Amino acid sequence: MDSGTLSGIVTVIFIVVFIGIVWWAFSKRNKQRFEDAGKLPFDEDDAPAQKGDKK
Amino acid sequence: MEATTYNYKVVRQFAIMTVVWGIVGMLVGVILAAQLIWPDLTFGIEWLSYGRLRPLHTNAVIFAFGGSAMFAVSYYIVQRTCQVRLWAEKLAAFTFWGWTLVIVLAAITLPLGMTTSKEYAELEWPIDILITVVWVAYALVFFGTIVKRKTKHIYVSNWFFGAYILVIAILHIVNSAELPVTMTKSYSAYAGVQDAMIQWWYGHNAVGFFLTTAFLGMMYYFIPKQAGRPIYSYRLSIVHFWSLNFIYMWAGPHHLQYTALPDWAQSLGMVFSLMLLAPSWGGMMNGIMTLSGAWHKLRTDPILKFMVTALSFYGMSTFEGPMMSIKTVNALSHYTEWTVGHVHSGALGWVAMITIGSMYYLIPRLFGRESMFSTRLIEWHFWLSTIGVVLYIASMWIAGVAQGLMWRAANADGTLTYSFAQVLNTMYPFYGIRLLGGAMFFSGMLIMAYNVWQTTRQGRVVNDAAIPQAVHA
Repeated sequence: MDSGTLSGIVTVIFIVVFIGIVWWAFSKRNKQRFEDAGKLPFDEDDAPAQKGDKK
Repeated sequence: MEATTYNYKVVRQFAIMTVVWGIVGMLVGVILAAQLIWPDLTFGIEWLSYGRLRPLHTNAVIFAFGGSAMFAVSYYIVQRTCQVRLWAEKLAAFTFWGWTLVIVLAAITLPLGMTTSKEYAELEWPIDILITVVWVAYALVFFGTIVKRKTKHIYVSNWFFGAYILVIAILHIVNSAELPVTMTKSYSAYAGVQDAMIQWWYGHNAVGFFLTTAFLGMMYYFIPKQAGRPIYSYRLSIVHFWSLNFIYMWAGPHHLQYTALPDWAQSLGMVFSLMLLAPSWGGMMNGIMTLSGAWHKLRTDPILKFMVTALSFYGMSTFEGPMMSIKTVNALSHYTEWTVGHVHSGALGWVAMITIGSMYYLIPRLFGRESMFSTRLIEWHFWLSTIGVVLYIASMWIAGVAQGLMWRAANADGTLTYSFAQVLNTMYPFYGIRLLGGAMFFSGMLIMAYNVWQTTRQGRVVNDAAIPQAVHA
């Protein structure tokens, strides 16, 4: 196999992988899951703690 | 018994050292900028000569300032988004003392002239081994904490941190393969163009994974927190993550355009660099759009200003970078001050400003306060930094393009139109403006140090930030 064919095959594989990632990220099935993940930084109370080690 | 609080101690240590190393690293930068105008500034003392201080500057700002910031925020974010205390806390403490030792050793050996001569990997082999040990400990603590998480999902910042930790380990080990001759001297295991290619595969990915991927993780947590709303599109951030990491890995050859590197490899580096524009701008817009509906906050909140300006510089430098990788542009820009300007638009504009913004968010929370001691001083810091960066990069653009054009100018008989000294002479005014811009950025850091000192003085050390007990599935 010459290098031209090889780079053609590799390019196709990369494109398929990329489309796969976009499809996975934007599929309806995963919508709720990613929305939940996006809210993770807010699933907590981040007021400063009320007592500490030293004044 | 299961821990009910987060480990803030190691976060606090790294956060304070971020400010300290930022000042040290940028001070060395200012001295270097002055040396280019007044070469005899340091009285010919060899330890303070340009060639020895320059690697000290780059190591201090990238690995000491940037590195400490990354340890601080990754330990903070991984705990808070996984809702568990750090795994293996003694190892985490070891990463602090180990990393600090690496920095101190760098500050001693580089001025003494001990160097492998590989850019951004100058440290000699015993220090390389120490870095490896610290980094493995870091990986264990970070991934150990992910494994014991109480949340179902792994927040996107942690994906970015994970990629950064993994890739930096690979880069460091491969590029630092060397044959020790004495305790303080080693030679690279590679030779010739292979050595150059491995060096710039390392060098570019140090930019890609240390200064980009890692700091994007920072951006994806602190911008939503400071803006008070979730990231604009979490799903876009996933596509951003995979495409950025995948493409960055191949862009290194653009540092070797028109060298002995095979032509196809040069073109490959250029094409991948051009493709990088897409994920970079996708990520930038994702961050900026997070503010939609909250734009008014930008008027009053200097922390948010820092973060959004950082993203703007990120967008600018990730546009400029691919353009400079185009061979015909590179023929003009390479080896000129333009490159220096480009680096600082990324390093000061993006990395330092997102770090500064994040530290202003983080530090009060680590010391039991609602906010920093003075918001007015943050505002001052913001304007000093912004004007400083703009002066810096604008002067280097002009200087770089002038330099490139003067170098390539030829007379009808083929001789060079300008001598080296003539080109240097043209640089002086721009070196002056650059020094002014750099000094402004540096003075902003001093204001930050005062603000941080006042904040910690009036606050108290927080070691009891509670982990939420109701776990969200």
